[in-house]
Amino acid sequence: MTDDVKITNRGWESQDHASEMKSELLELNMGPQHPATHGVLRLLLQTDGEIVYKVTPVVGYLHRCTEKIAEGVDYKQWIVYTDRFDYLAPVTNNHAYVTAVEKLADLAVPERAEHLRIVTAELSRIASHLIALATFGLDMGAWTPLLYCFREREEILNLLERIAGGRMLYNYMVPGGVRYDVPKDNWVADVLEFVTMLENKKLPDYNTLLTYNKIFIERTSDVGIISKETAFDYGCTGPVLRGSGVKFDCRRDDPYSLYDRFDFEIPVGMGEMGTVGDCWDRYIVRVREIEQSCRIIRQALETLPEGPYGTLELKKPVKVPAGAAYSRTEAAKGEMGHYIIADGGAKPFRNKVRSCSFCNLQVVEKVGVGLMVSDLVALVGSLDIVLGEIDR
Amino acid sequence: MDLLLETLSKIGFMFALIMGMVVVLIWMERKGAAFIQDRTGPNRAAIGGVRLAGLVHPIADVFKLLFKEDVAPEDRHRGLYNLAPWIVMTIALSTYAVIPFGDHLTVAGKQIPLVVADLNVGLLYILAVAGLGTYGVVMGGWAANNKFGFLGAIRATSQMISYEISMGLALMGLVMVFGSLQLTEIVAGQGDLLFGFLPRWGVVVQPLGFVIFITAVYAETNRTPFDLPESDSEIVAGYHLEYSSMKFALFFMAEYAHMVIGAALIATFYFGGFQIPWLPRPVLEAHAGTLLTIKLVGVLVASLAIAALFMRRVRNERNKFGDARDREPVLGVAFWLVLAAGAAGGLLMGPWNIGPVGADLMATFFQVTAFTVKLVFFAWLFIWVRWTLPRFRYDQLMYLGWKVMIPLGLANLVVTALVMAFV
Repeated sequence: MTDDVKITNRGWESQDHASEMKSELLELNMGPQHPATHGVLRLLLQTDGEIVYKVTPVVGYLHRCTEKIAEGVDYKQWIVYTDRFDYLAPVTNNHAYVTAVEKLADLAVPERAEHLRIVTAELSRIASHLIALATFGLDMGAWTPLLYCFREREEILNLLERIAGGRMLYNYMVPGGVRYDVPKDNWVADVLEFVTMLENKKLPDYNTLLTYNKIFIERTSDVGIISKETAFDYGCTGPVLRGSGVKFDCRRDDPYSLYDRFDFEIPVGMGEMGTVGDCWDRYIVRVREIEQSCRIIRQALETLPEGPYGTLELKKPVKVPAGAAYSRTEAAKGEMGHYIIADGGAKPFRNKVRSCSFCNLQVVEKVGVGLMVSDLVALVGSLDIVLGEIDR
Repeated sequence: MDLLLETLSKIGFMFALIMGMVVVLIWMERKGAAFIQDRTGPNRAAIGGVRLAGLVHPIADVFKLLFKEDVAPEDRHRGLYNLAPWIVMTIALSTYAVIPFGDHLTVAGKQIPLVVADLNVGLLYILAVAGLGTYGVVMGGWAANNKFGFLGAIRATSQMISYEISMGLALMGLVMVFGSLQLTEIVAGQGDLLFGFLPRWGVVVQPLGFVIFITAVYAETNRTPFDLPESDSEIVAGYHLEYSSMKFALFFMAEYAHMVIGAALIATFYFGGFQIPWLPRPVLEAHAGTLLTIKLVGVLVASLAIAALFMRRVRNERNKFGDARDREPVLGVAFWLVLAAGAAGGLLMGPWNIGPVGADLMATFFQVTAFTVKLVFFAWLFIWVRWTLPRFRYDQLMYLGWKVMIPLGLANLVVTALVMAFV
């Protein structure tokens, strides 16, 4: 046993008899096939029984060379690949990419299209957050919220299917607008009805079942605390950063699309059940963000203007002049950035994606030390990572 | 010879009850989970088109597990690896030996107590045997040579040992009240009335003890919120991770057998066992004829009503599936009509006048039914809790066991002693 390692947050200190007793650390391979790693993530653990001494995330099992592919396809063809980053909230990925292309090509987007983008992106965000709550609950051993959240997500998938045609990968946004207009079968009213149902009926259900459950609070409060400084150091964004008490949201602080027109709040972790930045704070931030997304959707649909939903002909490629542009948007899991270098041709010279889960995951290496194996599961669950986005 | 036959038949009855309950519980778990989680649950397995609302699934499971390849890790400890599931299952089954499931049955003028072994230290036997189950779990986790299994085994050991103590402390309060370690005595003591109207059940005289005991039982059976040894999201499946085929099935069945024990113990110690409140044995025997008549009328009405429901399905869904499943409502009508005919036949034979032998038989029947109903209810409680709550963490579990439940158990003992001394 290494004597210099001291575990203090459980009152567990390296003791004198440890040097007499011959003991060694247990090497534990969590993943790539493990129910709590949310995909093909591998966590290489060194534990002393249940207490984690060292945790090394090993990524790359889902690498698909997407960024390299971008150099070989034209600007519009690559939209389908963005769907596959964060496959739980694909529309927000589209949003990040098309904003970058529009910046480069200096394209104007009609207002109706912007409204539709916001509505679908927020629906996608809700779907992603629902899965985050569901799988986090499952990591804590609560099965039933999983099924409930998936039931509500199903409704969102149905709504998005009606407007975009797909159920999982939508390919909905194109530079200069969106691909399809609102369907004629009462879609707007159905979305509003769903949003009201979610806010008034389902979220209180989840809160009573999971959020304020005593065991759940015991398991998640004061566990895996990410301080403000750590969050900054590791470049955490999204609910992870906000859970640490930092009021930062690209939608408000670096507004894109029409987000500056809508009225919404940015929930932050306040340490209600323990310390600021613990797992419960990150969880509750997501619950409250669902409420705020509902507010945004309602405002965007109530002020949905008439007019065109796209400026370009769908079949024509986008003309992009030489130059470089970076756009950042608030995806469901954090800040999604696209840096595109264009050389004036039909294809980009380079396309770099800044994915939120990749940065958020790195924090495990620091915060995971000294936790118990169960707490590590809670920590990874509360970060809400998607491997499709980490490995791209 | 008589004693041997008697004991063997009682063991057979108990074994059939437990294994039947295991099958029913697996079904109840699936359907209950489906009910709680707003979905349909299993309904695919069928025999000749009859699906029995998913009851065929446990049978299909058994066949699947029997014929499945037994994959085992190469570097296992062969002896212990093979032994572990048998230990778990045997221990789970042997606890039932002392649980009374009825008062007595008169056969050929001889009163037979309805308990396999009426030990005068039955309660100690239960505590001793329940603790032995840990060995199977530890062996299983260790012998498979898997790190997750190993962690699961450690968790299981520490958890079961810590909760044994609070379980014993909770039961001691009960022993003080009823003044016996014999389970039949404890159950007999719960047949009385308190203040003339309240059944003198364990839960009434030992409310705190009941809370401690039920928590400890949940921890002993490794059910949520105490399912740490097999927590699927942390250590995958814990101690039975490397088991497959029928060896896994033994662990799986043992879990449900433990649930049945847990439910039986809760019913026996705190809910009067086979006692029906306000209907003690003499009253049951005196009114056996009336009760049987009421029962037969009830069965007749209920089965006719269900047959009518099936009849509607026959009319409305004649070709719903276009395959063997369409036979299901027809067979349903037939089954319930046969049951109704049986009940009607029973009524024609004049059940209100059944004589002393019949009265004895009926009284026993009602008591065994009461026991089974309580058993099923507490088994359902296990399922209900499992699909509602998250699970604890290792250290929280230990904290709860040692720092909360043991002091509470001691306080319960002191309070019980004071009340008994001064009231």
